Amino acid sequence: MDDKLIIGGHEFNSRFILGSGKYSLNLIEAAVRDAGAEIITLAVRRANTKEKENILDFIPEGVTLLPNTSGARNAEEAVRIARLARELGCGNFVKVEIMRDAKYLLPDNAETIRATEILAGEGFVVMPYMYPDLNAARDLVNAGAATIMPLAAPIGSNKGLATKEFIQILIDEIDLPIIVDAGIGKPSQACEAMEMGAAAIMANTALATAGNLPLMAAAFRQAVEAGRKAYLSGLGRVLARGSSASDPLTGFLRD
Amino acid sequence: MDNQYFVDSGNLSAEALERKHRLENDPSCRKNHMEYLPGMEEIKSDIREKVISQMNEYSPEKYTAKDVRTALEHDTCSIEDFKALLSPAAAPFLEQMAERARLETGKHFGNTVYVFTPLYIANYCENYCVYCGFNCYNHIKRMKLSMEQIEHEMKIIADSGMEEILILTGESRSQSDVKYIGEACKLARKYFRMVGLEIYPVNTDEYRYLHECGADYVTVFQETYDAEKYETLHLLGHKRVWPYRFDAQERALLGGMRGVAFSALLGLSDFRKDALASALHVYYLQRKYPYAEMSLSCPRLRPILNNDSINPHDVGEKQLCQIICAYRIFLPYVGITVSSRESAEFRNGIVKIAATKVSAGVSTGIGDHESKYSGKESGDAEGDEQFEICDSRSLDRMYKDISEEGLQPVLNDYLYV
Amino acid sequence: MVKVNGELLPVDGKTLSEYLETTSFDIRRIVIERNEEIVSKSAYNDVILQDGDIVEVVSFVGGG
Repeated sequence: MDDKLIIGGHEFNSRFILGSGKYSLNLIEAAVRDAGAEIITLAVRRANTKEKENILDFIPEGVTLLPNTSGARNAEEAVRIARLARELGCGNFVKVEIMRDAKYLLPDNAETIRATEILAGEGFVVMPYMYPDLNAARDLVNAGAATIMPLAAPIGSNKGLATKEFIQILIDEIDLPIIVDAGIGKPSQACEAMEMGAAAIMANTALATAGNLPLMAAAFRQAVEAGRKAYLSGLGRVLARGSSASDPLTGFLRD
Repeated sequence: MDNQYFVDSGNLSAEALERKHRLENDPSCRKNHMEYLPGMEEIKSDIREKVISQMNEYSPEKYTAKDVRTALEHDTCSIEDFKALLSPAAAPFLEQMAERARLETGKHFGNTVYVFTPLYIANYCENYCVYCGFNCYNHIKRMKLSMEQIEHEMKIIADSGMEEILILTGESRSQSDVKYIGEACKLARKYFRMVGLEIYPVNTDEYRYLHECGADYVTVFQETYDAEKYETLHLLGHKRVWPYRFDAQERALLGGMRGVAFSALLGLSDFRKDALASALHVYYLQRKYPYAEMSLSCPRLRPILNNDSINPHDVGEKQLCQIICAYRIFLPYVGITVSSRESAEFRNGIVKIAATKVSAGVSTGIGDHESKYSGKESGDAEGDEQFEICDSRSLDRMYKDISEEGLQPVLNDYLYV
Repeated sequence: MVKVNGELLPVDGKTLSEYLETTSFDIRRIVIERNEEIVSKSAYNDVILQDGDIVEVVSFVGGG
């Protein structure tokens, strides 16, 4: 079956986006391979003269790089980081994340919309990380976003689909791919989001904190694929929608 | 084509009659219905393509009882589910659909039913739409109310307790120009809380002007979304331009109107496809203009003066009920209006399931509210009606009937801002 | 003095290329920003560092 994830005109077979933070560079290749990932996120930081190894040397060929703007506290900083990332010569994808809150690391939707508009205007494929709010999501669509990436729970919390009802609204109302990002702690949660109709899942901490990272990567791959298939097949019945009327409602109709 | 619609008037001259027959029988002498006329604004919109491609793909016979059951089991009704609910396979599930529809209506509207009345201010028309009593070849008494007459009618209607009015005209730009309609809106704002318009489609700047005059809601019926069928029914006049009519609601919203209403006239073409297209027209516009209020009507064909053989064809009450339930399940938040074309029994039943708005104290004639409301004869000062209504209940009667069904009639809840 | 990645260095008067030769940065893997403007790699030979310049040398690291 031809079921591609399309982001900004680019086609992907995998619906799992892998984070690369908080684990050893030596594990990246196995994580990418076992997760079947075709997109990997990166951060931009000050270069360190003492480090001889560069993450780009550990990422297999053909994987799309998705630099994030982590560290940005407003739209201007996010734009600055995105431009630096593009100058590094690895394509024009960018995951906009702007946090003004250092405790919960919750995204600032208003600043994210501003940054999205600027970066989309500069030709970036913009994938904004956001708090799942329908009005903000619509503004992001109008600003030129390529996908919407609502959080499931606070980043790194592994708490699962805490914002489930609101993510469902985005899936129902927004024509762009909805990629659930942040808070997904277990493969079963990723599967549930995919069953709901999410276009893809992004996870990092759930893998980084697993006892066996490549094995967990494989588990996520299978969970995402299972959820996708369940969604495409059309989920079965939901029982108990309320009691039936005692008198027929349609008795008044004439032939 | 079948000619149940064509009626010749003895009052037409030989030349006029010849021209009428030529229009009816020779498609090559009709204007291209897809081509805009001078002065018609063309907005760039992707809505039409989306709606029509879905409609063209739709084969109602393809759906099975299993598809219908699946659709009813889903929490959110997808476009595919909606297609199943509109299909012939859904007929045996009408009661289940009604139960689900009632649940959705309750979630979004509670037990309220809105009541309004239409006011026809002119019945001149420049179009030859073969099924319509106002068509320019139909020999009827034509009339256009003066501002004094309009105000007189409005006073009578307002005295009956009505707070929402829908102003209608025949589709004649020359007899009922935008300025004339604007003046009527200004008068209406003095007597009513909410003023709607059902007039010929106009350009964005004209909708803006009418909004400034006090109108807030625009209703345009597409009649049929099947453009080829449309061409064979709307033979003459600006109404023949199908795409300009299609984009009317979007122009109205761009002009600042708060809400828009849609409909196909069920029975003109394949009613399942027309119902699908009507609902998708709402669905796609709602996604593009999420702040706008939207509602659907569901009129069936009715007999007209000088031609009582016009009928709703294959759209019986059960089919109509199926369509309305499907609308409600697919678009739970949308208003659904059921007009006085339907019987009192049907309207009493359908407001308990899915309809949220009904008209009362209705006349589709011109300047006859006084005679209809009070029995006072007005002599010759009335224009003929657009179609025969079926439910002639007054506002008082309607209010009482709705209340007795355990529902709450609402005359208006809109705060004008 | 020039502030490079937050550290004051006596490299004013040097071109960027001359400065980079004294470091172990892998030029393929970095981007340089001088006073918040990105410097393209082709300009490294021409840009002369001035007293008070603020230079950031950045590269990719792991991140989610």
